[in-house]
Amino acid sequence: MNAILEMRGITKTFPGVKALDNVNITVKAGEIHALVGENGAGKSTLMKVLSGVYPHGSYSGEIVYEGQERRFSGIADSEKLGIIIIHQELALVPLLSIAENIFLGNEQAQFGVIDWSVAFAKTKDLLKLVGLKESPDELITNLGVGKQQLVEIAKALSKKVKLLILDEPTASLNEKDSDALLNLLLRFKEQGISSILISHKLNEISKVADSITVLRDGGTVETLDCRAESISEDRIIRGMVGRTMEDRYPKREPKIGETIFQVENWSAYHPLHSHMQVVKNVNLNIRRGEIVGIAGLMGAGRTEFAMSLFGRSYGQNISGRVSLHGKEIDVSTVEKAVSNGIAYATEDRKTYGLVLAEDIRKNVTLAHLEGVSKNLVIDDIQELAVANDYRSKMRIRCSNVFQEAVNLSGGNQQKVVLSKWLFSDPEILILDEPTRGIDVGAKYEIYTIINRLADAGKGVLMISSEMPELLGMCDRIYVMNEGSLIAELDIAEASQEKIMHAIVKSGRR
Amino acid sequence: MDTRTADEIQVPQQKTSWMEFVKTHFRDYGMLLSLLVIMLFFQVVTDGTLLRPLNLTNLVLQNSYIVIMALGMLLVIVAGHIDLSVGSIVGFVGGLAAMMMVRWGFDPVTTTIACLIVGGMIGAAQGYWVAYFKVPSFIVTLAGMLVFKGLTLALLGGMSVGPFPVGFQRLSSGFIPDMFGGEGFNYTALFLGVASVAAIIYFSFRSRANQLKHAVETAPFGLFLFKNALLAVLVVAFCYLMATYRGLPNVLVIMAVLIALYAFVTNRTTIGRRIYALGGNEKAAKLSGIKTERLTFLTFVNMGVLAGLAGLIFAARLNTATPKAGLGFELDVIAAVFIGGASATGGVGKVTGAVIGAFVMGVMNNGMSILGIGIDYQQVIKGLVLLAAVSLDVYNRKK
Ligand SMILES: Nc1ncnc2c1ncn2[C@@H]1O[C@H](COP(=O)(O)OP(=O)(O)OP(=O)(O)O)[C@@H](O)[C@H]1O
Ligand SMILES: [Mg+2]
Repeated sequence: MNAILEMRGITKTFPGVKALDNVNITVKAGEIHALVGENGAGKSTLMKVLSGVYPHGSYSGEIVYEGQERRFSGIADSEKLGIIIIHQELALVPLLSIAENIFLGNEQAQFGVIDWSVAFAKTKDLLKLVGLKESPDELITNLGVGKQQLVEIAKALSKKVKLLILDEPTASLNEKDSDALLNLLLRFKEQGISSILISHKLNEISKVADSITVLRDGGTVETLDCRAESISEDRIIRGMVGRTMEDRYPKREPKIGETIFQVENWSAYHPLHSHMQVVKNVNLNIRRGEIVGIAGLMGAGRTEFAMSLFGRSYGQNISGRVSLHGKEIDVSTVEKAVSNGIAYATEDRKTYGLVLAEDIRKNVTLAHLEGVSKNLVIDDIQELAVANDYRSKMRIRCSNVFQEAVNLSGGNQQKVVLSKWLFSDPEILILDEPTRGIDVGAKYEIYTIINRLADAGKGVLMISSEMPELLGMCDRIYVMNEGSLIAELDIAEASQEKIMHAIVKSGRR
Repeated sequence: MDTRTADEIQVPQQKTSWMEFVKTHFRDYGMLLSLLVIMLFFQVVTDGTLLRPLNLTNLVLQNSYIVIMALGMLLVIVAGHIDLSVGSIVGFVGGLAAMMMVRWGFDPVTTTIACLIVGGMIGAAQGYWVAYFKVPSFIVTLAGMLVFKGLTLALLGGMSVGPFPVGFQRLSSGFIPDMFGGEGFNYTALFLGVASVAAIIYFSFRSRANQLKHAVETAPFGLFLFKNALLAVLVVAFCYLMATYRGLPNVLVIMAVLIALYAFVTNRTTIGRRIYALGGNEKAAKLSGIKTERLTFLTFVNMGVLAGLAGLIFAARLNTATPKAGLGFELDVIAAVFIGGASATGGVGKVTGAVIGAFVMGVMNNGMSILGIGIDYQQVIKGLVLLAAVSLDVYNRKK
């Protein structure tokens, strides 16, 4: 088999950071090539170099594609040759329809007049190909992330793709949607389309990859061939972090005390459709030193529940009682919730978590400026010390804490969001998908920090779509489906099967 | 376990050289540099008229209200909004002051206080719709612009009202009297200049020492010295020139105090920080426990008060209130803030930038008037300079 792509000696620097240092990667025609590495290792940057986001001249090294050296000066150049990238952050226009999005910039038009019947017909074919049952004129905002991801892929297919690049496509998908997507990749492979897959979910990689290139600190560590022998997840981790990891979850002896946090009869309605109840009579409690999980499928209402609880940030007609240490507390605004000791780290870091144009330092202290100021005046030096402290505690990869959040890798942005809430020193920390897009090594560290928080007598509520994570971390797991809690499992009796069983059973009712 | 800390992983920080530092901080210095170049240009083409003490005094007086409003506008723009009504507020408050003193017999102090409160109330009325009803600020203040332009006409009955009591005129035409009784030379002006230079140098040395102690990246020492020396020379030279004429105008002192105050508020206080966060990402700010609505509201109240103050100063300067006062001021103010490097999408902008921007506009107005360029071409040139300045800034940011 010959190579469709060879990138040789790629070096790319940003002011103060060498993101890529002499990276080599060879992708054979018709294979699924996985690209793995820790947060900030340079995976996304490498793909941006390949697709022309960073044009020729802004990096050194060469790109050989289909046997010829290529010098792309923009995405249009690489797309013309069939290299299509789907970025870590989706890039669809929310208020346009599926068909409009798919043919955006590539309109089915003659003399500038769009032929919608052609566009719709083609869209229908493409949607069938990716297995998405939606009408072409459905608006993007009405689709969940999983479906949006499929639209992105349909869009890629509309462009005669030869090499498909997917940057963490499954990060925000549930298992079922992820599986569907991976199967799609396998189907493409049969049709001779090559793909490069970036993911932190190593089980997926073991499942579909033909070869794996490992990046570490901006350099190539090795390329593993999965066809010759099967590669274990532990083997991949060793390459990524440079050591073996015995456990994925840090050990902890839970010291659980009395109930400290209680939510009773919590209900919330959809912000636009006032008759749609999104959160239905939720009752839950957290004990001192306990890590409690909420399992459920994507769209089960977990985020909506958490956000409605946190200062009524979601929904309307919210009712219910919240008490901390036996006393009812007011959580009607975010400010009150925070000052009463509740923190909520969002799952959507770009929209709700970070001020992207500000530096790490300012983002870390934003929710708790009182902690670094006196009489409304900020103590620069103290603030800097706090930021540097979290930088090393959370191992945020950056040139310094004055780096703007927008320039951080996805996983490192996530760590900044977590730092912000840890610094607010909450009694109850609600984590919504806290390890989305985070590499295995850093996950371990974040788990350690969560454990430490619990050991200090705080309560943690963890929402996650990765069931192994919940099973590995929590002391107790609630299962949510369609806005209600349908089961409560002690960790001793909990298992993936039991959780799925509960969901399926409640769905049938 | 891997025990490296983040510090060890990072690329070692080289000692920053002059050139590199200037390059990375070009935006900070670039603006000041362009102001100096523009001043130099007009100094030459006007045969030295620009920097004559009399003209310099005029320049300050003509510009003070723009600078003062630019401080408020900066906050509004950083918060992600715009205020088109400030010109009309200037006219309205000026008219109100005239009516109160000339027709209704109030004394200057009561009038001033009342007018500032009215300015704040106008800001509050507009801020209310923007902050709590989420009506776009562009629309609300466009409405405000029309409303207050009309109300000014109605209030003054379409006529000019003046002149004002002498005490009120001092606001604009008064000078800080000389405590040392110099003849033809105002020692107080020079003294204030030297004192403020000393204070600036003291604080910048102290903060540098602090930064060094905590290993923050700092400007190379040479550049730091150069910057401070340049600033010192400019301030002292300016005060010296002013001293040879009539000393420091009262307005200048008000302006300087306000600039220092707003620079401090934006850089060092929690409220300043929160305004930037609000403009940078309102949703994230809100989910961080910031009362975004109230903060937006307050930036508009603040803008109203400053526009009221500008209205008073402008009326005092003309010594009469006319229905046309303040016409088009909003354009100069907004232009000043954008020339100063603020971002139209919010979250970015500096007080020093806005002040420099205001002076760029001011020097051009003044210089072109001296040259006898008509109001027609003045506008053309100012428009082009605005476009050039912002394009250059956008280009620099992309690099
Ligand atoms: N525009 C930029 N300016 C400065 N530094 C940048 C920029 N873009 C990326 N970097 C830095 O380059 C490094 C590599 O980033 P990249 O996004 O490629 O990481 P990644 O491997 O995709 O990580 P993740 O798994 O977290 O998505 C990081 O240290 C990041 O901070
Ligand atoms: Mg990435």
